[in-house]
Amino acid sequence: MQFYGVDVSSRLLLGTAQYPSPAVLSEAIVESRCDVVTVSLRRETSDGTGAGFWDLLREAGKRILPNTAGCHSVAEAVTTAQMAREIFETNWIKLEVIGHADTLAPDVFALVEAARVLSAEGFQVFPYTTDDLIVGEKLLDAGCEVLMPWGAPIGSGQGLRNPDALRAMRAHFPNVPLIVDAGIGRPSDAVQAMELGMDAVLLNTAVAKSGDPVLMARAMALALDAGRAGLVADPMDRRDMAVPSTPTLGMAELG
Amino acid sequence: MQIIVNQIPQTINASSLADTLIELGFTGPAIATAINGQFVPRDARADVTLAHGDRLEVLAPMQGG
Repeated sequence: MQFYGVDVSSRLLLGTAQYPSPAVLSEAIVESRCDVVTVSLRRETSDGTGAGFWDLLREAGKRILPNTAGCHSVAEAVTTAQMAREIFETNWIKLEVIGHADTLAPDVFALVEAARVLSAEGFQVFPYTTDDLIVGEKLLDAGCEVLMPWGAPIGSGQGLRNPDALRAMRAHFPNVPLIVDAGIGRPSDAVQAMELGMDAVLLNTAVAKSGDPVLMARAMALALDAGRAGLVADPMDRRDMAVPSTPTLGMAELG
Repeated sequence: MQIIVNQIPQTINASSLADTLIELGFTGPAIATAINGQFVPRDARADVTLAHGDRLEVLAPMQGG
């Protein structure tokens, strides 16, 4: 699997926010076996609070996917992306342009515009988008080579609210890496995403806000392995009626 | 001269962005800057001068999803 020409083996992209402690975050990163972690930019204090987190990231040794979380306009998102590129020295950017404060739904019109601006500036954009096919096409036209449809609203843990739409997306964009971003709550949601043919999932709260983030990170990694293997193994077709799995031939007459 | 630093009004003596950051104590390597919503790259900080009322944003890596 490749994102913008970079080989990635893990199907989990892990967010770094909301963990009980930096130590738990570090351990969760290891147990998740992820290749990519997402990070953000926030206002620095003059005592340098950002520096400690920066050191933790460097020790983790993972590829960094900075985000534009919390941005509500094209201008904000573009400036944030430019600042992130300088700090993290990567052209990768998880592009979020939030359209609604309650649902954190993406403003897909501004998203497409920001993706166009950033792609022209050499960014490699990972757009947080809906499962709308037309928006997906416009994002690809804007220069995106990866799409990140939501499963459910950010931080809601509701799982995949519209699996049929994700299945349609898979069929419509057979060669575009699809990463379910947002909404995953449980390992079973991650399994389902894999069975639908998604390439990867990006999650944060499901791990960070579980009772045991390190164990949940491991559970997610196992779920993604199981779901992917299940897809590749080509599951049986559903049947409406029961079919005995034990052969009936050779049954004794005992009644 | 008064400017707005991360939304807080501050009085500074320096005029270049580079000197302003030192004066305000932003000396770590992992910061990025914007003035009035426009990104200012690291290598331009010495040449960019601040004006009264400018909005300076200094951002650093933070946890994110």
